[in-house]
Order: sequence, then C-alpha cells, then structure tokens
Amino acid sequence: MLRVKDLNVIFGHGSARNHAVKNVSFSVNRGERFGLVGESGSGKSTVLNCISGLLDNWQGTIEIDGQPLSRKRTLSFCRNVQMVFQDPYGSLHPRHTIDRTLKEPVAIHKLGDGNRRVQQVLEEVGLGPQFRYRYPHQLSGGQRQRVAIARALILEPEIILLDEPTSALDVSIQAEVLNLLADIRQKRNLTYVLVSHDLAVVSHMCDTISVMNRGETVEIISRKQLQESDFSHHYTRQLLVASKGYDRAAIDLFQDF
Amino acid sequence: MNDPETLLTVHNLSVVFPSLKGDVQAVNNISFSLGKEKIGIVGESGSGKSVTGRAILRLLPPYARIQADTISYKDKNLLSFSEKEMRRIRGMEISMVMQDPKYSLNPVRTVGEQIIEAYAIHRKVSKREAKQRAIAMLEAVRIRNPQQVYKLYPHEVSGGMGQRIMIAMMLIPEPSLLIADEPTSALDVTVQLQILAILDDLVTRRGMGLIFISHDLELVASFCDRIIIMYGGRIMEIVDADRLHMSGHPYTRGLLNCLPKIAGTQEKLPTLVREESWLHPATPTISIGN
Repeated sequence: MLRVKDLNVIFGHGSARNHAVKNVSFSVNRGERFGLVGESGSGKSTVLNCISGLLDNWQGTIEIDGQPLSRKRTLSFCRNVQMVFQDPYGSLHPRHTIDRTLKEPVAIHKLGDGNRRVQQVLEEVGLGPQFRYRYPHQLSGGQRQRVAIARALILEPEIILLDEPTSALDVSIQAEVLNLLADIRQKRNLTYVLVSHDLAVVSHMCDTISVMNRGETVEIISRKQLQESDFSHHYTRQLLVASKGYDRAAIDLFQDF
Repeated sequence: MNDPETLLTVHNLSVVFPSLKGDVQAVNNISFSLGKEKIGIVGESGSGKSVTGRAILRLLPPYARIQADTISYKDKNLLSFSEKEMRRIRGMEISMVMQDPKYSLNPVRTVGEQIIEAYAIHRKVSKREAKQRAIAMLEAVRIRNPQQVYKLYPHEVSGGMGQRIMIAMMLIPEPSLLIADEPTSALDVTVQLQILAILDDLVTRRGMGLIFISHDLELVASFCDRIIIMYGGRIMEIVDADRLHMSGHPYTRGLLNCLPKIAGTQEKLPTLVREESWLHPATPTISIGN
C-alpha cells in the first residue's frame, strides 16, 4: 500500500546542515497499523511530513499502490491520504465553525452533499449535532481532536497519518481518542501510520513498530517482539526501560546514542 | 503536625479566581503536610495541582483569593508574612522549578549570571566565590563542561540542559523545600529520568523535601514516597506510592486503568467515568501527616 525507500531529508546548508532523515525505508500493507517511535529529533515527524507532502525537499522514493509520488501531490492523493496533527489547539482555524472546517475539504474535492457528510462524520467521531456550529475555543482538547479526526475522515481516505494524536491530551481523554481511532479503523478498514514518543501508545495501536534515532531507523520490530523483548538493539532496550518509570539503578546505565 | 520533621503544613487551603462568569474555585479545601520526603501531586489538567504549588509560595496573580486555616513552614505562619518577608522565603527556603526552561530563563543574560543572581540575592559573597559556587552547582547537576555552559545564553542550550540549569539555580541558595511543577514533562523519556535522578540524589543528600507536581501517575508512583491525587480542586486521596496499585478509590483506579500498556492486549481501553459525588464528598476525607 505505502512504500518508502531510501528517504533522505537535509535541512539547511553549511554549518547549519542537518541530515534529519537518513536512508529510511519501510513498507506498510493495506489495513496495517505501522508505528514510528523515537525521541525528539529522531526524524519521525519529518518522515510523516514527507509522505503527506508538507515537505518537498526529500530524496528517495515514496510509493502508494506501486505508484511513485512526485514532489507535487495530486488532488486524488490528498483525498486518499489524510493527516491528524499533534496539537488540536493549533490545527483548527480559530474563526471557523466546526461546520465550516469540515465543509472546506468537501468543497475542495467537489464531493457535494456537504450537510449529510458533516452530520454523518460528526456522529462517527462521537460528537453530537450540538457541536456543529461551535467554534474551536468552545470545545475541550479531546473534542477538538475528534474534530481533527472528523476532518480527516470526511474525505473517506484509505491511509491516515497520525502525528502524536494524543500527546497533548490527559490520559483519560487519550484512552477515549485511542478507542475511537481503533473503532474507525476497523469499520473503514483504514491503514494507519502513527508517530509517537510513547512506546505504550504505539504498542497498543500498532502491529509493526519502527524505532528511530537521529534520523536513522534503528530497527523494525513486530508488536510481539517488543512485548517479548525480542530485539537486538540496545537503544530499543533503553527506551523500553525508560518507559517503565523511575528506577535509580537503571538510569546510571543509560547511554547516549 | 507536632512532628519535628514536618516542613510544611497546609490546612484547608482554597484558591478562588474571580471571573465575569462567577468565581472559579481552583482549589477547594485541601490539607496535607510533608516532611523530608518526596511527595507527588498528580491530577489531570484543571485539577488544581499547579495552583496548589503556586499558592504555597504566593506566586499567583493579585486577583486570586488564597484562603487557608494554616500554611506553615517550619512552624512559621506564611499567611501572616508580608510580601517583603515572602521574598526571603522564596528561593532561600522554598524554591520552585517550572515546566519549561525556555520561558523561565532570561533570554538576554548568560546562564552563569542568572545562577549567580539566585545565590547573591540571599547571601553576601564576593563575585569570585559566587562564580565558583555556580560552577560547582552546574557540575552537581551533571553538566559535563560547566565552565563553558556558564558563559552560554539560554537559546544555546538544549531542553534537557536548560532544565538542569533551572534546577541548579533553584538549589544554589540551599532551600529546604523544592516545589517542582512538571519539571520534566517537555523532555524525552530518557532525559526526563536522568534529570529526576539528579533531583533525587540532591534531595536525598541534602535532606530536603520535594513536592513533585505531575500528570504522569506511573512516573510519580515510581519516583515519590507518597502521592496526593487531585481532581476538580479536591484531594481524592493520599496514598503511599508503593500501595498505589492497591488503591480502591474509583478515580485513581480509573486513571490507572485507562493507560495503554506495552504488555497489554489491543482491546478497548477502559475509559474514566467521572462521578459527581467525587466533588461533593459527604464526609471530607482529609488526612494529615503520615
């Protein structure tokens, strides 16, 4: 379904040169849930931005259904691949009502029947009709993230790119949003690419997990391998130990990678 | 309360923010006390955990109404202190580390100058001695090249380094109590743990008290001795960290259950069902002391 091969991204020139993504390759099958996990600066979000077309200074190959993508994305690509961002406070237009936010992609893609689509998609993400004509500031963080998910779903895409969709939310709200994402995927047979710094979230949501560090893929493991600690790299082990909470003795063994 | 080890006692603290739509009760009648220990305050956003930390040091906007029967620190009644007297408490006796070093450090002054300021405000020392102390402190928070970092400006250091500098600055006047408000939430997990280890070592070595404010229940449980769990401005319960997983309070259970786990299945996560009765306790469950 989605294939990334030898992806490289370089920001800046000269002394400010930053090789943010180095030879990253992976492929995601239809209906699969693929997780990218790593610490800040590991390049995980940059990979997602290259796939979505938000960045165009990449080198390498990105294919969808065997078709290589060019720098400029077509309208049908945008309909097929949608993205949900980390910060629900920043990703919704503050002066547009939810209704207007959701109708904009419908209009761009000339799908028609906007009223019915908005109504249907709001119901699907668990927001009642009373939210339809509200502004983002009248909603809580969790509700806004539901709107962001609704905006991605309204075009009926096959691939959804999720960039830290719950890291700005409280744990109780995180559980609700993760449940919603799992339900929708099952109902619509979606393919997910999820970026997160939280191993537990990735393990809960994904089948295959790519561990990234400093722009490079450390290793790609299955969820089962993660649970059974069946992996070869020390970096992955350190991430796993760190996600288990505070342990004074273990911290002295931490290394820089 | 008469325990000589007790550093801070808070009794029936309430904080109200007046607004056009009526008063907002951010903290509602909470009581706790702590000695030379690590105590965690955990809650979701809006639970009043940060406001509690700030109310102790009176670091709230002037329109906030702070009411309490007692806020006493080492048997001194902080409520009766003037603003001038409070300034002697802040930093010297009780200091506070905020969440984001980016906003807490002065961008146009070097790291060294700022650390020296924190020290010199409370003690009369020569410039040279203050500089030596500052560099020693940077070393204590495990910055490898303290001489070099001393001369840097805040934008030249990473988030993890910035937070270490903040901790150095807050500990240099040698306070007896440190309030850390989400000191590591903006950092990567491994850096977060390394900074907590530094805090832990310094707190243990100097025999300080620590109030650690966080939203991360599991982290607090593994780091602190006792945990105060807050919801809607009230204390739901105070538990020993090692007994957290045996807690019977529905809110605590709800928070613990809704966390995804690496070893867990991929089935639906239980969600938290909030009960109105938590905010209107028939008999206030207040526990003071250990």
